[in-house]
Amino acid sequence: MISSHLPVLQVVLPLIAAPLCLLLRRSSLLWILSFAASLAAMIIAWLLLQQAGSSGVISYTIGGWAAPWGIEYRIDTLNAYVLLIVTSISTVVLLAAKKSIEQEIPQQHWPMFYSSYLLCLTGLLGITATGDAFNVFVFLEISSLSSYALISLGRDRRALTASYQYLVMGTIGATFILIGIGLLYMLTGTLNMHDLAQRLPAVAQSKTLLSAFAFLFVGISLKLALFPLHLWLPNAYTYSPSIVSAFLAGTATKVAVYVLLRFIFTVFGADYAFSVLPLTEILMLLAVAAIMFASISAIYQSNIKRLFAYSSVAQLGYIILGIGFLSVSGLTATLLHLFNHALMKAALFMALACVLYRQGDVMFSNVKGLGKTMPWTFMAIVLGGLSLVGVPLTVGFISKWYLVVAAIEQGHFVLVAIILFGSLLALVYVWRLVEQGYFHNSEEDHPRQEAPLSLLIPTWMLVLANIYLGIDTSLTIGAAEQAAQMLLGQAGGGSP
Amino acid sequence: MINIILLGFLAVVAIAVAMMRDLFAIVMLFGIYSLLTAGIFVSLDAVDVAFTEAAVGAGISTILILSTLALTSREEKQPTHSFLLPLLVVLVTGATLVYGTLDMPAFSDPEAPVHQHVAPHYLNQAEQETGVPNIVTAVLASYRSYDTMGEVTVIFTAGIAVLLLLSAFRHHEDEASNLNDLSHHPVLRYIARLMIPFILLFALYVQFHGDYGPGGGFQAGVIFAAGFILYGLVVGIDKTRQMFSESKLHWLMASGLLLYIGVGIVSLLLGGEFLNYNVFAADPLKGQHWGIFLVELGVGITVTATMISVFLAFSEVRRSE
Repeated sequence: MISSHLPVLQVVLPLIAAPLCLLLRRSSLLWILSFAASLAAMIIAWLLLQQAGSSGVISYTIGGWAAPWGIEYRIDTLNAYVLLIVTSISTVVLLAAKKSIEQEIPQQHWPMFYSSYLLCLTGLLGITATGDAFNVFVFLEISSLSSYALISLGRDRRALTASYQYLVMGTIGATFILIGIGLLYMLTGTLNMHDLAQRLPAVAQSKTLLSAFAFLFVGISLKLALFPLHLWLPNAYTYSPSIVSAFLAGTATKVAVYVLLRFIFTVFGADYAFSVLPLTEILMLLAVAAIMFASISAIYQSNIKRLFAYSSVAQLGYIILGIGFLSVSGLTATLLHLFNHALMKAALFMALACVLYRQGDVMFSNVKGLGKTMPWTFMAIVLGGLSLVGVPLTVGFISKWYLVVAAIEQGHFVLVAIILFGSLLALVYVWRLVEQGYFHNSEEDHPRQEAPLSLLIPTWMLVLANIYLGIDTSLTIGAAEQAAQMLLGQAGGGSP
Repeated sequence: MINIILLGFLAVVAIAVAMMRDLFAIVMLFGIYSLLTAGIFVSLDAVDVAFTEAAVGAGISTILILSTLALTSREEKQPTHSFLLPLLVVLVTGATLVYGTLDMPAFSDPEAPVHQHVAPHYLNQAEQETGVPNIVTAVLASYRSYDTMGEVTVIFTAGIAVLLLLSAFRHHEDEASNLNDLSHHPVLRYIARLMIPFILLFALYVQFHGDYGPGGGFQAGVIFAAGFILYGLVVGIDKTRQMFSESKLHWLMASGLLLYIGVGIVSLLLGGEFLNYNVFAADPLKGQHWGIFLVELGVGITVTATMISVFLAFSEVRRSE
């Protein structure tokens, strides 16, 4: 009986835990409740991925009202895969959260912090699981509002400005998305995505549809931090509490990419989206600009969190580049990198949480000689960095490989060169860290003082996942390829 | 005709807001803006939306923005950046919107897709399927109940976000607080005290009459909170605080949302889908009645508690020097 309700439980379980947090005071209880909710969500996501893989699309009608009259949850391989990314990152991050939160966040804020964290998780899961366009917006609001609150809790006062900046940009993005959805409703009289897909071809010539597409594309790009709409991201990641940086870097932009894929391929259909606008050229141009500019900016940062934030913007460039190819290998690369980048960035930001825990800050001067004083933490940073560069035997290599294959398939040799050059730039900023950590000694003679195990073990779980999934790729590539084929199979728009 | 006049006023108010520097006046104009919007909604026969807009836009949000102004300053700072980029963005957005209107279905065209697909089902079937004469309530609390649960969660989230942001600046001893206190005006105090019972009674009516007329948990929650906020202003913030301790308010905020989710969980345990009210009673219509009643109650509780918490949090912030 339970198994038929999994789609809705996926979202509702973390949602129940959020208000319950407000009624608790003790740190350990709060942590156990949040962790249990996230773990349960992860198990459900795993089961859903299995179900979707074997039986195809799972539809769940909420309230018992059939779509399009009621709201439908519609799980296929693509969103089950994204659900798994979000829940597993969230669970591992929460596993480490307790110590870091106790140190970085004042005690009176703990209940609301955990509550906001769970609300953010709920929002992201709701966006991903739903098959209803307006429901996307409702859960987008939940995840956005809670992430503004989470970011503002950073110790640095600049966290408030960063959060405000994100609030303004995010609200513009959400408004654009709402306008787009409103126009779609006006043209079709429905909000169900599947129903929209069947009704939109009839109005394909409409100027209103074109402006709906434009609003949705720009709105989602803002949430996705697509270059040049990425300006909110570096500050938000830099000044938020360590745990929040790790969580958001691994999940928030990934869900935005999912929403973009869903609207382009399922709702509008690739035929429409790629013919009405020169979408291939737009996506490739923005992706290349993101890779180049953001990687170069990353090299010049002195705050390491900021460095990796810029690197995230560049990595989102690779993810978007894969969509531009409009081929199975291109989309597979996009989806693979969605998972792989989440793994790398979560691992790196968690390692930075360890650094912050001991050193109080994450400037370059704080990692001087860290190879000696915090060997395990620093090793995690190095391995995560290597994965970012795309060294063989790490997940970074797998996604870059698919991306290069996709580029060669279509004879885009300039893009191959750019992908390789981007990796070289990543090598430069990772090397700057290695140099500081291993070849410089800190001014004072710090004793060897490793981060607490409760932080270190989850960090290393992610690091090892970076390596394990770089060698045994059956899980990620299997799901990514299946989802990519499904998206392009639907490219005609209107297949059941 | 009346639409054109109202829209004209709306444009005038919007331009005035953009030109002015005095934030206090801007807030007042925003209130008028919301009231005008509510008027347009009424003339479009969307009374439920109009009611919400009037209660939220013109009512509670004006109070909250005024509370913010009391903590900051009345004058807007001279902006330091240039207007060129924002102006360009606004122009492009506006142009896209206008371009989008070119192929829109004509205004109030009965053949438009919105009137042909999902809406007719609601109009024809809602009363048989849910037993609720007010179709807006049927859609909000039953057909798309899950969205409404999301909206309550949005309000809950927003409340938490504000409380988190303000709590760094809050103090519970009343040294310099009560800047909103009007208790030294005897006439105001007398009239307001007279009105409060009626406001609360009206809120209850809106809460429980949503099935038949415009209203429901959101509007009722806001009106309820407005009653208590008025009480706070004329009798004293401390008295209100005594009535609603912080933990009690947190408890209320959480319980409304939990009630809503709980309805969903119970329906799931009784063998239906999440939020399927039909399973609550042998007669599906009776089940729908119970379900809608309970979720509306949940909405009302969370909205009331959130609004009061936010208001109290604002009133306890020390004015920044």
